[in-house]
Amino acid sequence: MDFEDTPEEAAYRAQVREWLEKNALTIPPATRVGVTESKAWQKIKAAAGYAAITWPKEYGGMGGTSMQNVIYGQEEANYNLPGNVFLIGTGMAMPMLMVHGTPEQKSRYIQPALYGDEIWCQLFSEPGAGSDLAGIRTRAERDGDDWIVNGHKIWTSGGHYSDWAILVTRSDPGLAKHKGLTFFLVDMKTPGIRVDRIKQISGQSHFNEVFLENVRIPDKNRVGAAGEGWKVALTVLMNERSAVGNIGMNVGVDELIQIARDAELIDGPAIHNAAVREKIADWHVQTQGLKYIRFRSLTALSKGITPGPESSITKAVSAPRRQDLAAFAMELMDMGGIIQDRQIVPYRAAFADDWLYAPGIRIAGGTDEILKNIIAERVLKLPGDVRVDTGVAFSDLPTGR
Amino acid sequence: MNFDFSDDQKLLKDQAQRFLNDKSSLKVVRRILDTDETHASEVWKGIVELGWTGTTIPEAYGGIGLGHLELCMIAEELGRSLAPVPFSSSVYLATEALLLAGSEAQKQKYMPPLAAGEMIGTLALSESTQAATPRTMKVSFDGGKVKGVKMPVPDGDVANFAVVAVKTGSGTDEKSVSLAIVDLTGPGVTRAPLRTLDPTRNLSNVTFDNAPGELLGAQGGGWAIVQKVLDHAAVLVAFEQVGGADACLNMAKEYALNRYAFGRPIASFQAIKHKLADMYIKNELARSNSYYGAWALSTGAPDLAAAAAGCRVAATEAFNFAAKENIQTHGGMGFTWEFDCHLYYRRAKWLSLSLGSHLSWKDKLVSELEKRNAA
Amino acid sequence: MDFDDTPEEAAFRQQVQAWLQANAPQESAQSVFRAGMDEAAALKTARAWQAEKAAAGYAKITWPKEFGGMGGTSIQNVIYSQEEAKYNLPSGFFDIGLGMCIPTMMAYATPQQLARYVKPALHGEEIWCQLFSEPAAGSDVAGIRTRAERDGDDWIINGQKIWTSGAHYCDFGILVTRSDPTVPKHKGLTFFFLDMKSPGIEIRPIKQISGGANFNEVFFTNVRIPDTQRLGAIGDGWKVSLTTLMNERMAIGGGGSALGTDDLIDLARKITFPDGQPAIKNSAVRERLADWYVQGQGLKFTRFRTITALSKGQTPGPENSIGKAVSASRGQEYTAFAMEMMDMAGIVTDMDLAPYKAAFQAAWMMAPGMRIAGGTDEILKNIIAERVLGLPGDIRVDKDVPYNQLPGVK
Repeated sequence: MDFEDTPEEAAYRAQVREWLEKNALTIPPATRVGVTESKAWQKIKAAAGYAAITWPKEYGGMGGTSMQNVIYGQEEANYNLPGNVFLIGTGMAMPMLMVHGTPEQKSRYIQPALYGDEIWCQLFSEPGAGSDLAGIRTRAERDGDDWIVNGHKIWTSGGHYSDWAILVTRSDPGLAKHKGLTFFLVDMKTPGIRVDRIKQISGQSHFNEVFLENVRIPDKNRVGAAGEGWKVALTVLMNERSAVGNIGMNVGVDELIQIARDAELIDGPAIHNAAVREKIADWHVQTQGLKYIRFRSLTALSKGITPGPESSITKAVSAPRRQDLAAFAMELMDMGGIIQDRQIVPYRAAFADDWLYAPGIRIAGGTDEILKNIIAERVLKLPGDVRVDTGVAFSDLPTGR
Repeated sequence: MNFDFSDDQKLLKDQAQRFLNDKSSLKVVRRILDTDETHASEVWKGIVELGWTGTTIPEAYGGIGLGHLELCMIAEELGRSLAPVPFSSSVYLATEALLLAGSEAQKQKYMPPLAAGEMIGTLALSESTQAATPRTMKVSFDGGKVKGVKMPVPDGDVANFAVVAVKTGSGTDEKSVSLAIVDLTGPGVTRAPLRTLDPTRNLSNVTFDNAPGELLGAQGGGWAIVQKVLDHAAVLVAFEQVGGADACLNMAKEYALNRYAFGRPIASFQAIKHKLADMYIKNELARSNSYYGAWALSTGAPDLAAAAAGCRVAATEAFNFAAKENIQTHGGMGFTWEFDCHLYYRRAKWLSLSLGSHLSWKDKLVSELEKRNAA
Repeated sequence: MDFDDTPEEAAFRQQVQAWLQANAPQESAQSVFRAGMDEAAALKTARAWQAEKAAAGYAKITWPKEFGGMGGTSIQNVIYSQEEAKYNLPSGFFDIGLGMCIPTMMAYATPQQLARYVKPALHGEEIWCQLFSEPAAGSDVAGIRTRAERDGDDWIINGQKIWTSGAHYCDFGILVTRSDPTVPKHKGLTFFFLDMKSPGIEIRPIKQISGGANFNEVFFTNVRIPDTQRLGAIGDGWKVSLTTLMNERMAIGGGGSALGTDDLIDLARKITFPDGQPAIKNSAVRERLADWYVQGQGLKFTRFRTITALSKGQTPGPENSIGKAVSASRGQEYTAFAMEMMDMAGIVTDMDLAPYKAAFQAAWMMAPGMRIAGGTDEILKNIIAERVLGLPGDIRVDKDVPYNQLPGVK
């Protein structure tokens, strides 16, 4: 057991470092830039093969290993680079097309997505279908060589700057819910598409609602057979849950310790208070546990084997933990913990921000409850919930208010 | 045994609920959230007309001379409705401080306008983003003048006067703390609203630059009075928390019964049922503790400090849990500004921090138990 | 709001106090009952005391006079219990019989049977037990397999019951059986009472994780019960069982551990931590003490709310249902924490060495059982969710399926 690269990995890391040294499109610290800069950086990466390390060469990838992908990610993280707005395209939509797309679709879409010329978003969730994605209602009806789509999608990241979307619709409500779905690629500039920002509980807007009104989609943009949309959607979903768990934390145990050092409680510095120390210890051990789980996954990747199921606990642990840790940091500030003024509160009120953001993390990409079901069912092999919606026509299912 | 509120008191509660439903809906709360208004002045006016501001003020001072039990009933409904008004600052903090420590002249001067809603008071204790203690407090009182910064001061931008915790000695013990009444509209006072996690209740940064003040209670007796005022307020705030927690449970229940996933109401999944059962259990434990707090407050029982800390600990736990798990039950919709869940999430935090942290109240409770156990 | 009795309640309390003063055994005011006493001796004392209570009407205050009760109110019952609790009197032997078995008899037995069985049970002459749970049917009582087959005027019983308290000293029992496995599970049950001395009954004590044996397994091999001892119609056994079960959850919810937060505080004062300070000065200890104290107070004051409702002659609210769901797991946690405060010595169960005669260790060993008996934590939360909050029941897959075609039934 050690934490070293294998000789091959070390060689690859050196190669990546050298390339980044020469080519990274670094931006000044603590600044954010727009989509234009993101596209420019993506083009540079794609030309060198680093935009899709694990993709086969025929699709413009590097034909590399997952471990090489991890190494590249670690090295890239040392630079301040433009934001990556291509993950839905390169991480979910294109891998799905590689499996289910026609040769024409592959040659039309993969290259522009890889080079950042076209940004993709995902039109899956609906107000009435979140955890139960197969319960979507957005209708697709055949009209000659086209389909006419009407409905309402929600929680779309980047909807306002995306060029294309992957879309799952209900084409036949007379069939059981998983059977009447059809999957499409849709140009976001198509008439009848409206994108609205969603205001979150924090007041910020990271997501969109997308309304589709008589949106006309040519049948050649269908992926998979009509009625086979669930199968296609599953390919996409497999990639999503791993993506959401990795949303980074700005503040964590180190910052909490600093706050505990600075805070005075009634009997002295908070860091000397046994109740505070106990909580810090708990969260530290959790942090380390998650980190070492990642190490175990990396070790598996390094050996060329598929990581075990232990990685599925990451989001189930980290999201509620983030909420609790933020709440406790605020508590150490006593009455002042309620203040959100960045000039006054330590770490520019990042704990308060976290406390307002964490409820969303506990829901997005699988709620705490769904994730525990997944651990119970896929990892521990316990039976699934009793289903009352299999074999029932979608239009006959109860829907509530 | 009669461990319950009387029919008259329950009638008052029903009236309060009707009034607040009618005049202080969540639309009103949102208006305060979305604008620069410090509070809903029309709701406040209605509250004053109903006489709630004078609930515990004796008739001789212009109040209606009811007791703390009646005030608890009102508090529960204020908590349920999230009413954006400076009630807790003026009634639970300032009025209680004057009732506990005011001289006859001070009572004559402040009580009638407090009861009539012509004046709004508050308590200024905290000075920074850490707990105010005799060791860490800096605001001074010398030659009748207050100097220093207090923040966050609840309803500091709304109040006419504040009871300010000040240092009157160089020591770091409890005897170095006194209380001074300061006119917040007078000379030497600058106020600025603070950006906080719950914009539906005002919190302010108040700077005193040799602002004139008069002692409330004896010099050096301030810390002891503050502790008593906080005990009284803890019971009343616990009722607000119980009301808020109850509202969250009802929201979560309604949503879970009407939201369908996998062909059934999500309320039929055990993960959700047990979550709501946990909310119910915490809420009932908080309610029962709060009843005892109400009894201790209304009778001035020797056990008041422990009773107050007990209901504060239980109610803080209940409301914080109910507010966050209410969002979770609502799923993605609960994370939107449009749904009302976050109004409760924010207020739960405001209430749980506004009288000092959960940890500090637990510590205080055990100190009381130690005294009793030693006796 | 006050904690005072009404004038009527005060009068009843005085009457109870005077009676207890005059009749309760003197030593019961100081000593811990059953300490160092074997079961036979304890049972003897308990029977004697029960007979005295029954003669005075206090054995079942709320029962009608015709059954030997006092025809009193629920609040009078509460007052009597409060006063009796001040003495260390024998209890426990008759709770199941008088709390569950006889009330079930009252609902379903013939007048002749009632005339025969109620009085001896009330006076402690005959003790009853309950034969419901089976190894494969716990939370799901309706899943029982013990077979009853008709044979002329009798029924022949074969099967196994478990978790029967006191089966070895009981005279009679109530029993639920499966009389028809070909109909859905709730429909094929039939209910009986029987003589525990019947041939074919074998009783074996169950050794618990604590090493103690408070419960038994009861095996039935061709046990014969006359049809006249059937309670309710054939196939109506589930309905009859519900009558009994309604009483059980109430009974267990009321009981608490003998150890309370006061004992925990006392322990925290006596123990010194590595920093040289008493444990009670440690903030992490204090935080937990506060939590458990507040929970304990919450339960106590919730009971007060129930008592108040009874005192006013009203039906208590649903808040009463939280008792066991909170207290069982709370007991497990704070006894574990007490052991943790003792550091490495927490593992020692020698009564001469461990504080409180190792009572924390003993309670910790009993706690897992308390979280299961009379409704698991999970079932109790379901009950709160369904009966109190009105949420839907679980999706049932066993409703209309013949019992012998259910998965898991061999």
